[in-house]
Amino acid sequence: MKTEQLQTEQKRIHFDGVMQKLGPFLGLFILVIIVSILNPSFLEPLNILNLLRQVAINGLIAFGMTFVILTGGIDLSVGAILALSSALVAGMIVSGVDPVLAIILGCIIGAVLGMINGLLITKGKMAPFIATLATMTVFRGLTLVYTDGNPITGLGTNYGFQMFGRGYFLGIPVPAITMVLAFVILWVLLHKTPFGRRTYAIGGNEKAALISGIKVTRVKVMIYSLAGLLSALAGAILTSRLHSAQPTAGESYELDAIAAVVLGGTSLSGGRGRIVGTLIGVLIIGTLNNGLNLLGVSSFYQLVVKGIVILIAVLLDRKKSA
Amino acid sequence: MQIEMKDIHKTFGKNQVLSGVSFQLMPGEVHALMGENGAGKSTLMNILTGLHKADKGQISINGNETYFSNPKEAEQHGIAFIHQELNIWPEMTVLENLFIGKEISSKLGVLQTRKMKALAKEQFDKLSVSLSLDQEAGECSVGQQQMIEIAKALMTNAEVIIMDEPTAALTEREISKLFEVITALKKNGVSIVYISHRMEEIFAICDRITIMRDGKTVDTTNISETDFDEVVKKMVGRELTERYPKRTPSLGDKVFEVKNASVKGSFEDVSFYVRSGEIVGVSGLMGAGRTEMMRALFGVDRLDTGEIWIAGKKTAIKNPQEAVKKGLGFITENRKDEGLLLDTSIRENIALPNLSSFSPKGLIDHKREAEFVDLLIKRLTIKTASPETHARHLSGGNQQKVVIAKWIGIGPKVLILDEPTRGVDVGAKREIYTLMNELTERGVAIIMVSSELPEILGMSDRIIVVHEGRISGEIHAREATQERIMTLATGGR
Repeated sequence: MKTEQLQTEQKRIHFDGVMQKLGPFLGLFILVIIVSILNPSFLEPLNILNLLRQVAINGLIAFGMTFVILTGGIDLSVGAILALSSALVAGMIVSGVDPVLAIILGCIIGAVLGMINGLLITKGKMAPFIATLATMTVFRGLTLVYTDGNPITGLGTNYGFQMFGRGYFLGIPVPAITMVLAFVILWVLLHKTPFGRRTYAIGGNEKAALISGIKVTRVKVMIYSLAGLLSALAGAILTSRLHSAQPTAGESYELDAIAAVVLGGTSLSGGRGRIVGTLIGVLIIGTLNNGLNLLGVSSFYQLVVKGIVILIAVLLDRKKSA
Repeated sequence: MQIEMKDIHKTFGKNQVLSGVSFQLMPGEVHALMGENGAGKSTLMNILTGLHKADKGQISINGNETYFSNPKEAEQHGIAFIHQELNIWPEMTVLENLFIGKEISSKLGVLQTRKMKALAKEQFDKLSVSLSLDQEAGECSVGQQQMIEIAKALMTNAEVIIMDEPTAALTEREISKLFEVITALKKNGVSIVYISHRMEEIFAICDRITIMRDGKTVDTTNISETDFDEVVKKMVGRELTERYPKRTPSLGDKVFEVKNASVKGSFEDVSFYVRSGEIVGVSGLMGAGRTEMMRALFGVDRLDTGEIWIAGKKTAIKNPQEAVKKGLGFITENRKDEGLLLDTSIRENIALPNLSSFSPKGLIDHKREAEFVDLLIKRLTIKTASPETHARHLSGGNQQKVVIAKWIGIGPKVLILDEPTRGVDVGAKREIYTLMNELTERGVAIIMVSSELPEILGMSDRIIVVHEGRISGEIHAREATQERIMTLATGGR
């Protein structure tokens, strides 16, 4: 190739890359402008902090989902893991286990449940969709068995535990801080470590990754465990906020998480996408929920609007890549 | 059908791909279209069949100016294009494949299977193909799939068939079958445009040849009036003194040895060794079990029985990770499928097996990674504007170099190359050969599987011939001839 051709090729690739990175940001920006014009109180600091608190749960789950989707997989069981681990954590607290220890144990339980997904998918050679659809059902069922279908209450007045879901630190909601911390750690993991690079490689071409000496099974099991752990952490926040564990907690949370990942520009076929995008996707969904509430739109219409926004985002993404 | 393309120009963005190409096809001729990758052969054919529109230039068919707006229209007018990647739906039957998009149905919209079967049968008979119409196309060999495509083209009454690298994945027997079919088609007045990198085939089957270089026609001539060296010279625009660069091997100790290895159904009782600085060529017919052997040695598949010895020590390779740890590299026969992350940058591709070497504290040192990758890009002369270019946008030769680069990065002791120059143009081929020689000078042991006999003869120090899953002979390079290898490969003594 001639140098001139090479330069235009380089420019084009650069331009495409920039567009792909900026797309979700632009979407969020436009959305914020529209909402704040319709209702200026959206931009009040109190509302913004409130929004950050609201999105923390979906954020944590969606971060884990990003890793899963980058490998070309999907995890439908995250909402069910949230429910089961929450119920177990609440049960432990009621029976006298120290709440902080209970949260840590809950995260471990979440990781183990995620690991079961990972093993079914790798060792059991099952399609991720099917495997996690099945475990979702099992985990949901176990939650109902354990709670007997009733909320678990009487979680006491432990200060640390209450802070976790409802507290503020330096005026910022603790769940938002948790989410941001998790984001930073996961961003480093995805973009700065061999583990992250291998995640992309598996999604890009699993056979080539295997032949390049990547421990595909191990990486995948770790990723599903991570998704489970983050779901359990989100569950702990929810339990603290509601001061109880609900047997049907986290229903359809997997769909919000997948929507956030997709809005963030991550390809469902794996190998392409960024966790920053997911954060933006989470904020877009959060802004929609929050903004539509402020505008007094009924929750029935909110669903319609949310769905349409997702469709538009994906359509625009298609156009760009075509 | 007579086709005349005159002064065709085409740019993609700012890339001038074709600048004044002329091409003429006569009825009933087999016309070779040759050129290095990126010379513009496919673009020219895509313009003819209406996938792309020329910026400038004339196309006339039987004397009338004709421009197709899409490949379907070209097909309806008798021009069929059989691409290198075959258009086969593996889960559908042969019959369904033959009539895809052209199903015959009654007025009520019900498929008329019997009618279609009769037509298909007639066509298969003409080509003397014996294939069950009801079996799944995915169960057919690549050669048979190719016949399905040819039959499909002929059923649309194609008068011109364009074949892009038709023999890339065929066995010797399938190739001679294909040549028989081409000869028969020619007699019936069908013209063939034959795109291939395999010089031997061009001289065996073609009547005329058009050579392209950098988007221009260099020459069109009768095949009988030219020879191998002249064609190569015109293709690359310079003289290639030797196809296979010379080297004086300095052989060391056995670095890799396999004893009595078997995988049920693939190969049996295979034993051979390779010394440092040595190139061992593995020859045999397609399907003889060579690739399966290499996959098992590298731990992709499990060995049922047998031992692997590395540097004089018995060891086991249970998975590719262990193979990499023990200093093995594997360049697979299908780089798009198993070698590359196509939608990922060259940098990340090359870095992949080497990540731990520049991630000292668990974090990737991006500066060291960039230096490492740049060095390899330079060393292997990978032609690219930037290491961030996605692998998909590279030519076949450069893609192959990326795969080789990632393995050179690990500092391999043993390198397994399966069909290292498949789909690679002449210039890049030569660079890959030179690179192999350099590696052996540094003591790397190379096992090279190849279906191209000249390549086996030109590059190997020792040749192992495989026949039906067993090693049927081992020949020293000095004593090897094409005939000797073919005899062993076909089961003779």
